[in-house]
Amino acid sequence: PSLPHSSRPPPSPCLPHSSRPSSSPTGSHVEWCKQLIAATISSQISSVPADTASGDCKPPRDGTKQVQTDEVPLVPGEAIKAVAKDVMYICPFTGLVTGTLTSTNYKLYFISLERDTPFILDVNLGAISRLETISVQSHGENTRGMEIVCKDMRSPRFAYKEDASQPEIVEVLAKHTFPLSNDLPLFAFLYKEEFPVDGWKVYDPMAEYKRQGLPNESWTISKMNSNYEVCDTYPALVVIPTSIEDDDLKRVVAFRARHRIPVLSWIHPESQATIVRSSQPLVGPSDRRCKEDERYLQTIMDANAQSHKLTIFDARQSSMADNNKAKDGGYESESFYPNVELNFLEIPNIHVMRESLRKLKEVVYPSIDEAHWHSAVDQTHWLEYIRLLLTGAVRIADKLESGKTSVMVHCSDGWDRTTQLTSLAMLMLDSHYRTLRGFQVLLEKEWISFGHKFAARVGHGDENHANSERSPLFIQFIDCVWQMNRQFPAAFEFNELFLITILDHLYSCLFGTFLYDSEQERVAKEVQTKTVSLWSYINSQPEDFTNPFYVDYEHHVLYPLASVRHLELWTGYYVRWNPRMRPQMPVHQNLKELLFLRAELQRKVEELEREASSSRGSLSSSSEHTSSPSHSGGTPLHTIV
Amino acid sequence: MLSSLGSAAGKSAKPSFVSYVTPEEIKSEKEPSRKEKHPDLLPGEVVFCSASTVLKYTQDDLSQRGVFGALLCTNFRVSFVSDEAPTEEMVRTAVTLNNGQFDRSLHRYEDKKKLITGGLVKNKYPSKIIIHCKDLRVFQFSLTFAKEEDAKKIFQGIVHHCLEPKSLRCLFAFSYCENTSYPEGIGNDSTLCFSPPEVQRKKQTVMFDSVEDWTQDMKRTKGNCRVVSENSNFELSPKLPQLFIVPTNVSDEDLTKYQGKGLPMWCWSHHSGCGLFKTASIPLVQEDNVFCRMLTAVAHNHLYSVKTEDLSDTLPTVQDIQLSYNKFKQFFLIDNTTEFWMSDMKWFSSLDNCGWLDIIRQCLQKAVEVVECLEKENTNVLIMGKDQLFEEGCILFDKGWPHILCPDILFDIYIFFTLLENVCPTMTLVTEVNSPYQPVPYTLYPHTPSLTVCLSWQAESPYTQRGPLNCLTVWDWSVQFDCKAQDLFTNPLYTEKPKQDTSVRKSYRPKHLRQLSLPSSAFKTPPKKGFFKDEADNLKKILGVKRLSRWMLSPSSDSPQTSSSVREFYEAWQTKPLDYHGLLLPCLDGPSIRVWMQRYLRWIHDVQILGGGPVAVLSKISEILGEVQELQRELDRYGCTLTSNHKGARPRAKTAAVIAARSSVRLSSSFPFVTSRNWSFKPAIPTSLLQSLMVTGMAGNLANREDDGGDPESLV
Repeated sequence: PSLPHSSRPPPSPCLPHSSRPSSSPTGSHVEWCKQLIAATISSQISSVPADTASGDCKPPRDGTKQVQTDEVPLVPGEAIKAVAKDVMYICPFTGLVTGTLTSTNYKLYFISLERDTPFILDVNLGAISRLETISVQSHGENTRGMEIVCKDMRSPRFAYKEDASQPEIVEVLAKHTFPLSNDLPLFAFLYKEEFPVDGWKVYDPMAEYKRQGLPNESWTISKMNSNYEVCDTYPALVVIPTSIEDDDLKRVVAFRARHRIPVLSWIHPESQATIVRSSQPLVGPSDRRCKEDERYLQTIMDANAQSHKLTIFDARQSSMADNNKAKDGGYESESFYPNVELNFLEIPNIHVMRESLRKLKEVVYPSIDEAHWHSAVDQTHWLEYIRLLLTGAVRIADKLESGKTSVMVHCSDGWDRTTQLTSLAMLMLDSHYRTLRGFQVLLEKEWISFGHKFAARVGHGDENHANSERSPLFIQFIDCVWQMNRQFPAAFEFNELFLITILDHLYSCLFGTFLYDSEQERVAKEVQTKTVSLWSYINSQPEDFTNPFYVDYEHHVLYPLASVRHLELWTGYYVRWNPRMRPQMPVHQNLKELLFLRAELQRKVEELEREASSSRGSLSSSSEHTSSPSHSGGTPLHTIV
Repeated sequence: MLSSLGSAAGKSAKPSFVSYVTPEEIKSEKEPSRKEKHPDLLPGEVVFCSASTVLKYTQDDLSQRGVFGALLCTNFRVSFVSDEAPTEEMVRTAVTLNNGQFDRSLHRYEDKKKLITGGLVKNKYPSKIIIHCKDLRVFQFSLTFAKEEDAKKIFQGIVHHCLEPKSLRCLFAFSYCENTSYPEGIGNDSTLCFSPPEVQRKKQTVMFDSVEDWTQDMKRTKGNCRVVSENSNFELSPKLPQLFIVPTNVSDEDLTKYQGKGLPMWCWSHHSGCGLFKTASIPLVQEDNVFCRMLTAVAHNHLYSVKTEDLSDTLPTVQDIQLSYNKFKQFFLIDNTTEFWMSDMKWFSSLDNCGWLDIIRQCLQKAVEVVECLEKENTNVLIMGKDQLFEEGCILFDKGWPHILCPDILFDIYIFFTLLENVCPTMTLVTEVNSPYQPVPYTLYPHTPSLTVCLSWQAESPYTQRGPLNCLTVWDWSVQFDCKAQDLFTNPLYTEKPKQDTSVRKSYRPKHLRQLSLPSSAFKTPPKKGFFKDEADNLKKILGVKRLSRWMLSPSSDSPQTSSSVREFYEAWQTKPLDYHGLLLPCLDGPSIRVWMQRYLRWIHDVQILGGGPVAVLSKISEILGEVQELQRELDRYGCTLTSNHKGARPRAKTAAVIAARSSVRLSSSFPFVTSRNWSFKPAIPTSLLQSLMVTGMAGNLANREDDGGDPESLV
């Protein structure tokens, strides 16, 4: 039996943080020329084999195959669209490499055979935020530079000679990178891979609510939205209080922004305290009231006999919530809603988060200012926001667990910060969500079905990189999960590779999982029949994504420590393109070897027991197979995790 | 903080895990009845003064919790014995006082905090005292309820014995060893250790106090130098150790002529034959020829090549380090919760400002540079420090380096942290490295190999054996910790070197050659600087001007901090398969250098992750190891073996494994320093963070934009 080495790097990644409309994206000619020259020099003196330097992303299934020629590995349904030879890749880490650049309808693939080991750079087109070209006169005739700004924290740069006979590769690239802007289908609809497991079956809302003990006397699974007629961004099935009259419900629907009424997300198995999510109430500048909405919240409160209070966590900054009043939004007034306690979690909006990640990219790519590393990271405020989110989620979880009080969470529309908070709190409270399958359910439920606008936030296949709708909220959430994973290394069944893979395929458009903004849209586009689910891929090889340290914490509530002292920048994701950031000591690897050794020993012991019981014959024959997996000599050093 | 610490001590079913305060705690807990409030005194320990009805309290935002008891000051420590029944809430704290080595300072609370530095206390005494320990614990006592006379006495006693400089002879180590007979002293404490004698012997630390030890170490590394024993009575120089090793070409005349000044002392030999040497001081100008002679001697060691590294030029000064550490330390001396969350806001900037991590990085980088010389260019290296203190630093380094290269040690970045941690104590009080009772050694973090590194460092200290007395060494862990606790020192993932020693040895060399034949090396590194005797002057000039790192600067170097050569060296190393028993290099890039949380945050209650932290992983590993061992035993019964280099094969990892696995879910990230009382608790929720965040909310106009995307209609 061969040891799982997890040598498969995850397919490639990216994120839309391209909100810099004012600044020149590619930099000046001077900068380009300088970089070219510098790279030329350094490529002469540096010959470090950079085989995996740029986190090549092989297609999921055949990750173990080693590419020896400049042949482009293709996934089923992928086709080569353009090839350009003698392209120079200006690698910020190892200098200039010359090779062949291929554009398929799924990825950009650069391979150079001029070094000892093939140099491969592989970028999913979906990960590309924008393409820029620039002509570089100083470096020979007709040289052009191309910068590929990615959503996944890198910006590879190429230089190539203009050739009239060849179609401009940039045009081909642009066409397939932004299919929606060019009337082409997203690649997920062309992908023809077949997996033994059907990931679309992972999430069954009825089964999930049943697991939570629903419906019960206070809560019912309602089909009122089965055709998305009540709320077009909610799922077909929602859980609402049993004792609500239809007429009252209509009033509540009208009183909540985008008709996102308070619905149940999670119920505590013992106290029956619930996490309820919604959008903001349409209070407006005149402090409108809605008796039905007030009663609705009272019903939610009454469904939990343990507490006579309901806590509302408004994720927004209180000042912004006030501003929203002027725009007909607002928040629940404690004087109109009896026994309601309102807290603001003071989390800034999506634009602030986008800006923060943009700054973070500047800090981590391509080079790192090590002397001022901490202050540079500090100035991006990224970890500060992570801390805010974790703090908010801890407060919610604590309210339920220790306060036995039901909690309602909303922001403005209830699909961004609300989703982050409810899903994090559920992750803390419910150990089921910390399993490989459970986490998939959590994402399918809280994020995908409840209408987090993935298409808008990520900008799948859309060339408008400056769209202010884009924001890295999902990244932020996954980062929080990673932070929890770090603080509780044995509490999660999945590993870091799983989280990175999710983020990579958030952009890749290889799978249909994260496409579109709502369940309604996905049904209309027949996503489940025409595309493959990411979970099909994951669950076909779960061992790669499993945390060897996993211990079932059963019903333990996990409170991550929301102190900056315990938060850390996720270098395994944000700085992974930097070859020096690869981990030195793969502890996971060691443990996997140990597990392997244990299995081997167990096998042997059983074998011997069998032999001993059947006959006392050939004892020695079984000891020939003494593979020593614990010898780490030949294992690859730099797995992604 | 304290009460939780103490109560854990009182309640824990496995008292050994709370024993890290001092070993006495173990014993006291095993004693069911306690009548007089006295800690169990060590042999030679004397109570100077005491006060009863002292309130020991912790302060957080809302409340002050406290417990009454007696505060004692002995010639060894400050100790607090709780009034309450041992089973209930017995809080005992012991702070070792060693001429100020462990009590850093005393603060006095009146209206304002006042720093007590010693000497300025007359007849007054404060109502509250806060003790900041060198191991970063903070204790708060209220003397309000104590008798005035007692309070005055205990306060003055503590100040006197902790803070005022005393002669070396007053150190407790001397009283202690006068009253214990080594090594039988271990046996006296029957509670402490019950491991079989052969385990004990096997672990015995080489103390480098005999010619054999030195010869042995030289043989181990295949060095070829001479052991000097002429200084055994400090006749050559009181500043030099009794025994040391110099290149063979250093003559007897050289030794005596300059009282040992500028002598290159051998530290370690690379398997290629080149060696690492250090010298305490750069000779003055008139002694130029000495320097040349010594250089020549070093060069003769291997291939007539030598590089010098002047640490005083390239590393931060002692003062810088101390300044930085003092700033850094303050981040962890936290009095209350509010203060904690306030400082949390500025955490990263504070870290950068104090420069501590940068100092660590610089030192690591220097180490890598020297390793590069030895490993890649096979050049002898001579490290020079300007003054005596620096020499301490040197010792530190060069005893650390061998272990980077040394096949016996599993590398972990913490090695370096520990090394650097030790710079500071070294700087502040060089003389007292051999106290038998460091209550919580810096190295206590379990399973870090750092231990071994420190080990050799301390053993090498020139002061070790100066006195006529044989003090106990800190390496006799059994004096402090029982066997269970000692098991925590080992890393369960450590894999021992494969048994077939010779074949492995051989496999190293090809690797080494391969490295040399890297096509890059011709480009990246200057040609080998070889020289012969008559070229000494010439070389001297070069050496005097150019430093090692400058030679290596390549034209493409874009970062002034890390020379590109070091980076390439690292990257080249990185692309090769990792051999735990071969060369191990640390990553020097910004994100890789982190604060050693286990050490610095262990006493701070607010940062404990209950049920989390590295111990969770550890226990899982231990659990599996235990199973593997069990299976292996079963196989043994069948008379066949499956070869495994895993340390799991060692029987002694078992205890730790079982213990840790049993309780993994309930341990906190501060384990084993603090054990949590129970699982259910209130999560730590930052206070006052919201307001401060509002202020930091940069991107002002962004924050005020319509959030959540605004109206879909308005989008392009």
